[in-house]
Amino acid sequence: MTGFILKRLGLAVLVALAVSAIAFFLLRLSGDVAVAIAGEGAFQADIDLIRETYGLNRPILVQYLDWLGKTLTGDFGASIYFKTDVAGLVFSKLPVTLLLGFTSLAFALLISIPLGVLAAIYANSWIDRLALAIAVVGQAMPNFFFALCLVMLFSITLRWLPVSGSQTWQHYVMPTIALGYYAAPAFMRLIRAGMIEVLAADYIRTARAKGLPAGKVVFKHALRNAVVPVVALAAVQLGFLLGGSVVIETIFALDGLGYLAYQSITYKDFPVMQVVVLLLSVLYVLLTLLADIANAWLDPRIRVA
Amino acid sequence: MTALDPDRAALSVADAPEASEARKLLRRFLGQKAFVVGLCLLVLFVLMALLAPVLSPHDPYVQNLTARNVPPFWYAKGNWLHPLGTDPLGRDYLSRLLYGARISLLIGFSVVVISGIIGTAMGLLAGYFGGRIDLVVTFLVTTRLSMPVILVALAVVAIIGSSLWIVILVLGLLKWDRFAVVMRSATQQVRSLDYVAAAQAAGASTTRIILGEVLPNIAPHLIVVATLEAASAILLEAALSFLGLGVQPPLPSWGLMISEAKAYMFFSFWLIALPGTALALLIFAINLTGDGLRDVISPEGRT
Repeated sequence: MTGFILKRLGLAVLVALAVSAIAFFLLRLSGDVAVAIAGEGAFQADIDLIRETYGLNRPILVQYLDWLGKTLTGDFGASIYFKTDVAGLVFSKLPVTLLLGFTSLAFALLISIPLGVLAAIYANSWIDRLALAIAVVGQAMPNFFFALCLVMLFSITLRWLPVSGSQTWQHYVMPTIALGYYAAPAFMRLIRAGMIEVLAADYIRTARAKGLPAGKVVFKHALRNAVVPVVALAAVQLGFLLGGSVVIETIFALDGLGYLAYQSITYKDFPVMQVVVLLLSVLYVLLTLLADIANAWLDPRIRVA
Repeated sequence: MTALDPDRAALSVADAPEASEARKLLRRFLGQKAFVVGLCLLVLFVLMALLAPVLSPHDPYVQNLTARNVPPFWYAKGNWLHPLGTDPLGRDYLSRLLYGARISLLIGFSVVVISGIIGTAMGLLAGYFGGRIDLVVTFLVTTRLSMPVILVALAVVAIIGSSLWIVILVLGLLKWDRFAVVMRSATQQVRSLDYVAAAQAAGASTTRIILGEVLPNIAPHLIVVATLEAASAILLEAALSFLGLGVQPPLPSWGLMISEAKAYMFFSFWLIALPGTALALLIFAINLTGDGLRDVISPEGRT
């Protein structure tokens, strides 16, 4: 197990380094940073001054190593647009996004576990079809369109929830639903397929033959085994939710990392952009690392492979 | 799996002519109601896109300031001159929706061509050669998966400047991951089969084996991935355009139309509901078609 963890950890570090290089070079090589900061039609003298100030006239590799070294020590540089230090800015927004990520994941599980289980038990019944319909619609609806429909329903027609902002818990309700619904179909399919497989297994037949009540068979024996792959998917989906938060947070002006990413992109605030891309990617790397370790722990067969 | 199973293939060649095999496959496709519905809907969208100049009642770019925000015909103030109303600039909404289908389909198709070529090449190489090449490809895929597509695409498009072709290129260069993963495992399965060994024994070059023996046999998986990836590319373009960093005005991208109508959503929600529903229906059609293809061609490739 230790060997497996070390190997997996080594890979995670390598991936994180590769991501840092991509986040840096992709943004730097896509355009001239100095011109982007100065704006179109700026004087050459101003552009030169910006190059000088931000150290953009050094070789790009030197700039990368310098940035990487500083980033690793927690010095994320200063934001060009927000005029504050990036570390403070990013870490003040991170809790909002993490909270949204977890509530959306919880929402997705809350609808997909019962529906997935019921769809498996009563396969091909109306409840299976309903679950399928919910999943199909969730996959086809663009999440920003779904978000706007929620606004129309809850804020404008019913006047229950605030349209945008992040001051109270009510501000999180619609973003959670919009983001969580988007993650639910994958869980529903996985749980349904897993439950159908498990319910056909011999030990379930044994449990039923022993005369255990149906509820106990389903929840204690079957669900517990069907839920193992869900752990891995949950970590991966949480990573996707963090990416999806860019769109959803922007719609609801929820003041998290996703909204910050959108703002930094529209204002061409390179230091912030680089750090946000790096941070969201590293979070994903960490989540998949945890998922792999959890899986290896739950299922010893994986460790060997 | 039938297509890949050499024993079954040999049997069917022995007892039945080709045509009946094809008819059996067709019957299996038509037996799936969801697939038929999806395909019909998809064909309808393609026809809408191709025939947009014929079907459109007006020019989708011409503004008519005397007829702004006309509601669709089912509202009391609607009229049949503009069956689905006009946008805040007085452009005919039906015409814009029809031309919007062209953009979505173009995006889905072009992105999949680019990312499909990259991903398939990577998957074939990794699956066929294994070893160090496999390690490198797996590492690249892992790295790519850890970066959120929408975020990277937004950032790159914001710096380079956005246009339809840049969006296609950026998404194409980002979305090869699933092609690489699926093609890699499909190649691994095919590599050890007898006809590959036979080709090797006959002295065929490696390029010829990969392109002539392996690729045609894993092509069905490729089609399935391509279908589902096209849907995801269309959704991404819509999201980018919605955020103002994708297709630029005055092009009638559905995502952009939703974005332009956002300020009017309180009074005229149909401005958002129409392109939104069009998008959802198109994605629904593509997903149904893709799922149907997968169930018939490669049932083991689910989830």
